[in-house]
Amino acid sequence: MTKEKENGVREIAFPGQILGSKSEYLPSSGTYEDNGNIVSKYLGILVKSGNYISVVPLAGVYVPKPGDHVIGIVTAVEKVGWVVDINSPWEAFLSLSEGVEEFIDLKRVLLNRYYDEGDVIYAQILSAKRGDVQLTMKGPAFKKLREGVLVKITPSKVPRLIGKEGSMINLIKEKTKTMIRVGQNGIVWISGEKIDKAIMAIKKIDEKSHIYGLTDEITKLLSDKDG
Amino acid sequence: MAKIKGIELIKDGKRLDGRKPLQIRDVEMKVGIIPNANGSAMVRFGKTIAVAAVYGPRLLLPKHLQEGDKAIIQCRYNMAPFSTDDRVKPGSSRREIEISKVIRQAFEPVLFLENYPKTTIDIYIEIIQADGSTRVTSINAASLALADAGVPMKDLVVALSGGKINGTLILDLNGLEDNNSEADMPMAFTANKKEITLLQMDGELKQEEIKKLMTEMFKAGEEIYKMQIKALKDRYSE
Repeated sequence: MTKEKENGVREIAFPGQILGSKSEYLPSSGTYEDNGNIVSKYLGILVKSGNYISVVPLAGVYVPKPGDHVIGIVTAVEKVGWVVDINSPWEAFLSLSEGVEEFIDLKRVLLNRYYDEGDVIYAQILSAKRGDVQLTMKGPAFKKLREGVLVKITPSKVPRLIGKEGSMINLIKEKTKTMIRVGQNGIVWISGEKIDKAIMAIKKIDEKSHIYGLTDEITKLLSDKDG
Repeated sequence: MAKIKGIELIKDGKRLDGRKPLQIRDVEMKVGIIPNANGSAMVRFGKTIAVAAVYGPRLLLPKHLQEGDKAIIQCRYNMAPFSTDDRVKPGSSRREIEISKVIRQAFEPVLFLENYPKTTIDIYIEIIQADGSTRVTSINAASLALADAGVPMKDLVVALSGGKINGTLILDLNGLEDNNSEADMPMAFTANKKEITLLQMDGELKQEEIKKLMTEMFKAGEEIYKMQIKALKDRYSE
């Protein structure tokens, strides 16, 4: 590992690479087992923590998992709910009962009063089975996002953007005086003062997630152009 | 048969372009060349250049083509009109449709398609310049493009062609050899387990010759596999 640290690039695994035997390690995400070997599924960053081996892909689409917090854009208002684009191969559906708490008389009220086409919402994945994705807005954190700018990053790099216990994202928030909300589907919502700078930092993290010392580089980037 | 205009295709153990019988041409591989695609790659074997772009997994429309429990692969192999000496008529010919199909089948066993129900993974392959062995060059390019796109794969797919001229077994045929060989055998296989995902043959080979040729192809495949790994790692070497 020390050798990798010197030249600055994290260890990259490629599909089909044998990462270790099952007797030594435990397989985690991004890997599969074959004949007692742990094999990588992706071109990605190799992560060994404790006994676990995982590979964090460097590219790829978002696959919804129940419980994920996502940012979506309403693409259509239907009779009993909303169709939401969540930056994944599948469209998500937000049903009326999951979207609005109060009672609605469908004969009198139009649904676009609550969420209209083009609205940006912060929601949770309720279920995702065989390409059928259901959303929910129940919970204090979930709401319509007003104003702000949306930026897309690679979904697998969201944990890197957030950092350890939110260190990276808090750094950007603090330095650029912005409010940032990150969806696990790779859509980031930014609002506040220095939006362009925050976008620059986020794009940089997306591009260079495989480099060591990224936090330092971002700190430098954010404080550099202050003066 | 193995003579054109009185030129011998293989002479004193050397081929027309100076290669030894079991030597492959110089190979160049580049990953991530098309920013708009989810994944892309260019592979050059001598004068043959293939560019592959992968889009998806993305929602498959029309709906009746969707598979409820897995993704499907859609592949298009296309030769640019200017890729050969004689202009190639644009539009899918019988040959191009066949190659698209065999390339698709070469990748079906190595992808985790069940992770992406109702979707499609689109592979577009353009032959910019053709000088023999285009289908194996395409498979190498598509293999890299799929890995670049972040599609989960069991293994990388390595492909190369083999053949026979004047009774000598050769590897990686160029255009001239391809047209005048006694036999021509493209093959694709998974890099680690050596599971064959594509095997075609044109011409005649004896049983022992096929066995010998395949052994040599597996051996040369190692070399191509190393180049694939290098190309993938170079993409992220800053």
